[in-house]
Amino acid sequence: MTALNVTGLCKSFGGLHVTTNVNLNVEPGERRLIIGPNGAGKTTLFNLITGELTPDSGTIHLFGQDITNVPSRRRAHLGMARTYQIITLFARDTIIHNVTLALLGLSPARWNPLIDLKRQGHFVEHAHAALEKVGLAHIANRPLAQTSYGERRRVEIAMALTQNPKVLLLDEPFAGLSIDERRDVKQLLLAIPRDITVVMIEHNMDVALEFAERITLLHFGEVIVEGNRAEVVADPRTREVYLGH
Amino acid sequence: MSFWLVLTVNSVTFGGLLFLLSAGFSLIFGLMRIPNLTHGSLFMLGAYIGATFVIGVFGVKLNFWLAALLATLAVALLGALAERLLLRRLPGEQLAQVLVTLGLSFMAADFCLMVWGGDPLSVATPSELAGFQRFGALVFPNYRLAIIVIAIIVAIGLWLLLDRTRLGAMIRAGVDDPDMARVVGIRVSQLFTIVFALGAGLAAFAGIVGGPILSVYPGLDQDMLPLALVVVILGGTGSLLGSFVGSIIVGFIYNFGQALLPELAYFVLFLPMLLVLLLRPQGLFGRHVP
Amino acid sequence: MTIRFLALVVAFAALATVPYWMPGVYYINVASQILFYAIFALGLNVLVGYAGLVSLGHAGLFGVAAYAAGYMLQLGFGHPLAILVALVIGVASMAIYAALSLRSTGIGFIMITLALGEILWGLAYRWISLTGGDNGLSLKSRPELFGFSMSDVNTFYYASLVIFMLSLAAMTVFVRSPLGAALMGTRDQPRRMNALGYHVWAIRFYACLFSGLLTSISAILFVYYTQFISPQTLALTASAEVLLMVISGGAGTLLGPIVGATLVVVVKTVVSGFIERWNFLLGAIFVAIVILMPEGLVPGTARLWRLAWRQRERGASVTPGSAEAKP
Repeated sequence: MTALNVTGLCKSFGGLHVTTNVNLNVEPGERRLIIGPNGAGKTTLFNLITGELTPDSGTIHLFGQDITNVPSRRRAHLGMARTYQIITLFARDTIIHNVTLALLGLSPARWNPLIDLKRQGHFVEHAHAALEKVGLAHIANRPLAQTSYGERRRVEIAMALTQNPKVLLLDEPFAGLSIDERRDVKQLLLAIPRDITVVMIEHNMDVALEFAERITLLHFGEVIVEGNRAEVVADPRTREVYLGH
Repeated sequence: MSFWLVLTVNSVTFGGLLFLLSAGFSLIFGLMRIPNLTHGSLFMLGAYIGATFVIGVFGVKLNFWLAALLATLAVALLGALAERLLLRRLPGEQLAQVLVTLGLSFMAADFCLMVWGGDPLSVATPSELAGFQRFGALVFPNYRLAIIVIAIIVAIGLWLLLDRTRLGAMIRAGVDDPDMARVVGIRVSQLFTIVFALGAGLAAFAGIVGGPILSVYPGLDQDMLPLALVVVILGGTGSLLGSFVGSIIVGFIYNFGQALLPELAYFVLFLPMLLVLLLRPQGLFGRHVP
Repeated sequence: MTIRFLALVVAFAALATVPYWMPGVYYINVASQILFYAIFALGLNVLVGYAGLVSLGHAGLFGVAAYAAGYMLQLGFGHPLAILVALVIGVASMAIYAALSLRSTGIGFIMITLALGEILWGLAYRWISLTGGDNGLSLKSRPELFGFSMSDVNTFYYASLVIFMLSLAAMTVFVRSPLGAALMGTRDQPRRMNALGYHVWAIRFYACLFSGLLTSISAILFVYYTQFISPQTLALTASAEVLLMVISGGAGTLLGPIVGATLVVVVKTVVSGFIERWNFLLGAIFVAIVILMPEGLVPGTARLWRLAWRQRERGASVTPGSAEAKP
């Protein structure tokens, strides 16, 4: 059974076709890279998969279950987590509170108006463990506003991982990072356990190529090339898109 | 039969007055993305200032139209000042800007009460329009008919301004997409001042023109602001046509509601607005969601 | 931490002994007013401060609960039933109000709530057969509740104090709870919260109900205090007044609305003692606070205090002892 199946997905804004008949099959445990130049419709595809946008036509299946009409928040409960290209964190709160909110989102306790959140030991422990994994445990109580860009990227990843997803969607996790930070984030991504299926958007091919097993090249909302690393790199259409006409 | 006809004419007259009031409200909303909660106060201020000149101050008694012009200019200046000195300090903070306009409306209301007292001022109809028109058994005051004509003239003038001039083109660009307007080199912040002054002036003009019908009293601002709000939400923000159609609709609902269901007049007035907000949030002719 | 605890103890002791150190009945009544307006402000703060939704029609809801309580009492029902019905009607109205206004956020939310508030005001003003119109609704006397006569100034004060303390405790628990954290999350990053698995609309809806409950509680106290309700209670001015309490004290803080309610009630009482022009001052304070101290008095003062403290410490460490040497 495929982890993530997208069939005939279309979306247009006004007259502009942003996603045109996209088909995608991601196997369980696979590392899939989605590449394409600016405006290829990569982030739109993610927004359709996570349900933040509604497709005009087509279907989306998560481990065989049709989730095309399932609201975005329910998809998180079904095992889908994502990070954002433009960092959207809770700037007023501490790092650990950000991670705790991610944990709480999937817990029935999120409706509880009576208990003290800071005293819920299991949340604190889990959040700390997640921060340990991304190397931020030592600054867990630092307000997010006082962290560096690279640290915020890692908070994003910690939040997604702590939800223990089946399918993880990473939207340009390397964007805006320095060379050192990129190396750290790459280590982090390589350490993601195999029971998590990872789909990653990356604008820059060099950084992410070695991470991916299969690569999908999007251009003007359409899948142009799909295959393993060598096939996609060797394909003349890839060169055409990236190196120009 | 005549009852319905008179009610209809009154509705159209009131609609014309509402158009004068709400055209500026709509432009300000379209451009700055805030409901200007001082708009009722500007209407009342214009009415008071105009009425003062008409009644006579320091022995000077002015012609109605000259008084209207002076009141319009004075309030337009006030509007420009409020934008320059206060709203300008909160760029992009819509919530804060709304709160400032709310605060200013309270100050204006109290200021009027302080200066003009609690008794209503009645404004005499300009003598040249004091007569009546007879259509068979029906009698219509000239002044009410004149208001309809004035509203149409102002509507045409505004349309020409927006559609045929460079300034109008810039305002339209700002209403459609302020960021884009800024990119192509339009000084949007200067437009804010101009549009705010224009809207304030129009509101004040509506106030003095409405004086002979509505008279001028404390609380006039609170009566007019919700009407402008309803018009603009019905018609859509930033749309002149929307304001026009919205004004006529509200003119009818208000007058017929008062006559037929006095106890529920407000309810009947706000119900269509609520429906539009819920079903078509951009308004009948608008493009943006408020 | 200990300083804060000490301050709380002192504040509580001061509140508990108000009837003993206040110079007269008039002032004890002012204190009672502060208490029930503070509950109202706490209720509005749930939305303005913690949900990021500025409601401009809250006085309308306040009025609905107040009329409901007043009407029940006028019809001769017992106090417990009148209070219960007022609470139920208040919260039910809030549910409708929320269902209509939560379709929007930001400016759209402001406009819908403004419209809803005006509708409620218009009904109170014009639906004379139900509300008595401009003449309002008068009650003969304050009730006798559980054997205590509320017409006694001190008894009313203590009743208000107990209800105020309970409301504040409920607020404190809520803000620290998971649902409170979720609500603040929807204020700051609604889209992210949705992707994390939260039902943003439902969280806001529950927050509205909580706000409606506090608003109704304060409205019932208000009815018992004034024994009179008029359409003025529901006017935009009244909505703006309570919004000023929240914003001037500090939206999104526990203490802010209480400080704001104290400020507004005291200024209003003092000012109306020698000039009638309360609204001008109300407007001026509004404008000044939004422009000069947008975060409100409580966070604003705390920030200035921290700044001054740090500067003093820095000054002391760089040039020890030189402060005294300076002229």
